[in-house]
Amino acid sequence: MSQVVIHCEQLGKRYQIGQRERYLALRDVLANSFQAPWRLFRSAAPGSSNGRPKHIWAMRNVSFEIHEGEVVGIVGRNGAGKTTLLKVLARVTRPTEGHAEVVGRMGSLLEVGTGFHPELTGRENTYLSGAILGMSKREINRKFDEIVAFAEVEQFIDTPLKHYSSGMQMRLAFAVAAHLEPEILLVDEVLAVGDIAFQKKCLGKMGEVARGGRTILFVSHNMGAIAQLCQRCLLLVDGHLALDDAPERVVSAHVKNSLQPSSEGETTWERSGSGRARITSVAIRDELGAQCSTLSMGQNLYIRIGGCAERSDLEFTLAAQFVTCWGIPVLYLYNQFKNFRSGADKSFLIDVFVPRLLLMPGLYFLHVWVGLSGQEEFDYVKNGATIDVIQSDCVPITLPIHQHLGLVYSYVEAQQLR
Amino acid sequence: MSVTQQTVLPPTPALPAAPPLLRIAPPQGWLELNLREVWEYRELLYFFVWRDLKIRYKQTAIGAAWAVLQPFLTMIVFSLFFGALARIPSHGLPYPIFYYSALLPWMYFAGALQNATSTVVDQQRVITKVYFPRLVLPLAAVLSGLVDLAIGFVVFLGMMLYYGMTPQATILLLPGFLLLGVLTALGVGLWLSALNAIYRDVRYVLPFLIQFWMFASPVAYPSSLVPERWRWLYGLNPMAGVIEGFRWALTGQGQPPNLLLAASTGAVVLLVAGGVVYFQKMEATFADVV
Repeated sequence: MSQVVIHCEQLGKRYQIGQRERYLALRDVLANSFQAPWRLFRSAAPGSSNGRPKHIWAMRNVSFEIHEGEVVGIVGRNGAGKTTLLKVLARVTRPTEGHAEVVGRMGSLLEVGTGFHPELTGRENTYLSGAILGMSKREINRKFDEIVAFAEVEQFIDTPLKHYSSGMQMRLAFAVAAHLEPEILLVDEVLAVGDIAFQKKCLGKMGEVARGGRTILFVSHNMGAIAQLCQRCLLLVDGHLALDDAPERVVSAHVKNSLQPSSEGETTWERSGSGRARITSVAIRDELGAQCSTLSMGQNLYIRIGGCAERSDLEFTLAAQFVTCWGIPVLYLYNQFKNFRSGADKSFLIDVFVPRLLLMPGLYFLHVWVGLSGQEEFDYVKNGATIDVIQSDCVPITLPIHQHLGLVYSYVEAQQLR
Repeated sequence: MSVTQQTVLPPTPALPAAPPLLRIAPPQGWLELNLREVWEYRELLYFFVWRDLKIRYKQTAIGAAWAVLQPFLTMIVFSLFFGALARIPSHGLPYPIFYYSALLPWMYFAGALQNATSTVVDQQRVITKVYFPRLVLPLAAVLSGLVDLAIGFVVFLGMMLYYGMTPQATILLLPGFLLLGVLTALGVGLWLSALNAIYRDVRYVLPFLIQFWMFASPVAYPSSLVPERWRWLYGLNPMAGVIEGFRWALTGQGQPPNLLLAASTGAVVLLVAGGVVYFQKMEATFADVV
């Protein structure tokens, strides 16, 4: 294996509650010192109600090694410590305990447009932001035309930034950042800028950089980007390193971890639609009628969808979609010619029978839609249920198979002709 | 340069001789001086100064003329009230020359101190996103004020011409006094910018501080008004040495402010050394508290 370029050992970062956001005023310090004896007394009292911790560990006991040329994704829910980890590695903030060793020139990209000033022109900002991100003047001179072409702002390069559209500002900002070429690059969720076309371009540029043999550590909520770029992935849960494995495993663990609660309660569902009818429950059942979250390949299953409409006898149709954890739709279920109607008490309960589910083993999410096709969307629920498809003897395959071979399995008949 | 040529060029590292191994660890102990790193980031220092200059007079109608107008108008007011009315002694110098030669370093100092104090807070977005030695920020704030000083200096030369005075050999010592002035602004700026990051009260205290400090410095009056035996104490205000030094170096009139200067130099050395240590101790927490 190649050289270790980042070595973290028991890294931890503690914040005082409230400290991260608020600065102190002398008034508070004085007030605190007056309160201090009282507070001391209170906290010493047994059964004190003031049991709130004064510190939080944003990250703790994080140890890992990263080798030269690896592209490593970091995933986790909001507040799991991803950004803190990057900030500590980028030396923006100091760890509270543990240490890390980094070999080689390191660049960080924790924000797009760091150091931009609205009064300066595009050209001036390119130099300024480049210098702040760690490029030398010669380096910027050399890459200037490339940066401007990448950002597609050639005509406006001598116009003050404040006259740029926000999209143009973002493009220029990313273009500068994308041309940063350190040996180790730390990136925090910056791909989520601009329109889709530009995002694709950014992703392409990142891929190019990664193939150029540089070490990249990046945080993203875009599982597709993680899948496309990473060979390895870290999962942070509540500030701890929970998993360090191949991206597909880490991503499924992360998605399971972050979506499990939401499949239990409809209140946290991500949804859209007019609301004239609302889905209130989505459940996957096996052929015996038991609710399940794990299914064997080739098994029959039922999707039971319950909901409530604004009035009785409301007509609607139903569609469902299986999606991988990378966000790729795999299977579409729609019964176009069958209209349902809400009952006398306005509610409805529908079973969808899916014969012999032939999805490859892995994690899938179920999106459910109710509405009138081509006219109105009543409700569209994303990730209403999660299903883990496992390999079993329902389908006669002797070797382990997984999603990366394909997403759908089919029975085939092969005939030897010669 | 054509595209094909560009690809042939070897990649240039931004930081010469980057340390092969970087250790990231919790802050330890009191003293963690890393001045060599500041030197490695000198290009960024240049860019910060350049940006300050670029944006200082953006969207003002008369632009850099402000650099001239501010000391010039103050000089007129001082000459009228302290000079023509209060008849403050001026070593036989014309009042406009007497006041302008002191306002030049004073205005620089007041401006530089203001910039340096607010710089850590103003640059919080950058501080929370990118690493660089934070010392670069107050350093840039202090250096960018020198351009205004240079413009004001040219005006002073014109005034001397008007009064039929010629610069004496003492003017060769001006860079020394200038350096002392820059270091004073830096020393105080280091303390105040680090404090301002934690206690925003500093922002409100500063205007008073600058006002009081001016009356504690020989701007509106000569230091000869201060009794001889208290002169050394007076000199502990480094700006006293700087301003008297400027006046003496620019006009060549009067005595060199030896005693004053010695006390001022000593005070500056302590101020800057303490400021650097305090600032570098606090900088580890800037990103968390700003």
